Amino acid sequence: MTLTKAELADLLYEQVGLNKREAKDMVEAFFEEVRTALEAGDSVKLSGFGNFELRQKSERPGRNPKTGEEIPITARRVVTFHASQKLKSKVDANFAT
Amino acid sequence: MTKSELITLLAERFPQLVMKDAELSVKAILDAMSDNLATGERIEIRGFGSFSLNYRPPRLGRNPKTGSKVEVPEKHVPHFKAGKELRERVDLS
Repeated sequence: MTLTKAELADLLYEQVGLNKREAKDMVEAFFEEVRTALEAGDSVKLSGFGNFELRQKSERPGRNPKTGEEIPITARRVVTFHASQKLKSKVDANFAT
Repeated sequence: MTKSELITLLAERFPQLVMKDAELSVKAILDAMSDNLATGERIEIRGFGSFSLNYRPPRLGRNPKTGSKVEVPEKHVPHFKAGKELRERVDLS
């Protein structure tokens, strides 16, 4: 099943022993701290899981796929995620055929 | 920001908890996310983004040193797509 914030909060309640309110707030705070760091231009390195990095993209030509009309895609800063070797091998091990 | 810096920031946000609670919470969240992805399930965090697996079919690769052909087996690689709030907050334009 898809993992969401609600499931993560349940886990903190069951495994860490936070109360329900704290568990919900902790999950929210976790992702808010990561967002805040990225927003400030700081990369986020979570060892064993992966790294979130920022990339500056320059403007490039784009197209409205429906109408074929050309519209430039403006310059922007985007987040990229690189899974750690540990996460990659964990995923791979489970799909080994 | 590293994992230990994240733990410190979270501990500061919850003065009623001890450092160990923040540490265990970060570990529990990351473990649950890894386990879920490893079983092929998606992760959807509203306002942050979603994680899923992308399939890479088997292909013939080359050893760049020797030039000999090698079979690269199929694999699944983790993929992250930033959510609307994260995308908007990170974009400076």
